[in-house]
Amino acid sequence: MQLKSKSEIDQMRKAGAITGQILLELGEMVKPGVTTADLDLFAQLRTKELGAKPAFKGYNGFPGTLCVSVNEEVVHGIPSKKRILNEGDIIGVDFGVIYDGWYGDSAKTFCVGKVSAEVDKLVKTTEKSLYLGIEQVKPGNHLFDIGFAIQNFVESHGFSVVREFVGHGIGRNLHEDPQIPNYGAKGKGMLLKAGMVIAIEPMINAGKPEVKVLSDGWTAVTADRKWSAHFEHTIAITEQGYEILTLV
Amino acid sequence: MSEKEEGIQMEGVVLEPLPNAMFKVKLENGHQVLAHISGKMRMFYIKILPGDKVTVELSPYDLTRGRITYRAK
Repeated sequence: MQLKSKSEIDQMRKAGAITGQILLELGEMVKPGVTTADLDLFAQLRTKELGAKPAFKGYNGFPGTLCVSVNEEVVHGIPSKKRILNEGDIIGVDFGVIYDGWYGDSAKTFCVGKVSAEVDKLVKTTEKSLYLGIEQVKPGNHLFDIGFAIQNFVESHGFSVVREFVGHGIGRNLHEDPQIPNYGAKGKGMLLKAGMVIAIEPMINAGKPEVKVLSDGWTAVTADRKWSAHFEHTIAITEQGYEILTLV
Repeated sequence: MSEKEEGIQMEGVVLEPLPNAMFKVKLENGHQVLAHISGKMRMFYIKILPGDKVTVELSPYDLTRGRITYRAK
């Protein structure tokens, strides 16, 4: 696991800012009638415009610039011209860039038009759980404090935490050590230190936690086909606590 | 992009087979674990015999159990 110096975190801040900016712009584009391929194309062009490279395209063979996961899709949905967004859908957009060799990774779940009250609750609870997890990030705390905070909060609202996918360290590679589960136990796991840069990404299901991967080899869906939300930020650990690099 | 959760990978030698496609494996650090054969290996009918050198993936939450993910030639 690599600790990053202050100047290296400055570089990562730039990658994070680009990631956050494009993700925000993608959110404005989400409305009924838009296809996931449209979003992907925009992200591709905009990334180039801002002087960065898409992080996901070609990663282990992934075909898209974005992961677009609609409704019961949890993560790693592949953009397609055939996937049209409808009023009431939710779409989890996961996006990353490489800027000057450094990675940024972030995700948001957007509501397409007006969604039902339970769906709105799922999305808001998942987003809040990310920030509760982030609040645990400071030197001296333990790694699994993050997952503990997330799990505790979402389960108290009747939702469940996906086990099969985890957050991760990030730096000159998209995925670095340590793996950061979204479930946990207080006081367990490695000690958090200043200089670590991590991606925390809770994936929360309305129903049961089990997921399965479809035959395309990528798209993960909930086993019970109930819906799932996903939010992610890249966070640098500083002497005082944390800095969210992908928040703009 | 999320990462697939994985455990710690270690090399070991198969000591003996147990019922239900389980195996006693001695890891290179001397520890003995109870391991089962991975679904991928089962799918391709790969046999595991005592004496085989294998790669075991250990769960970070129970270091006495693992999954055999590779058998060396």
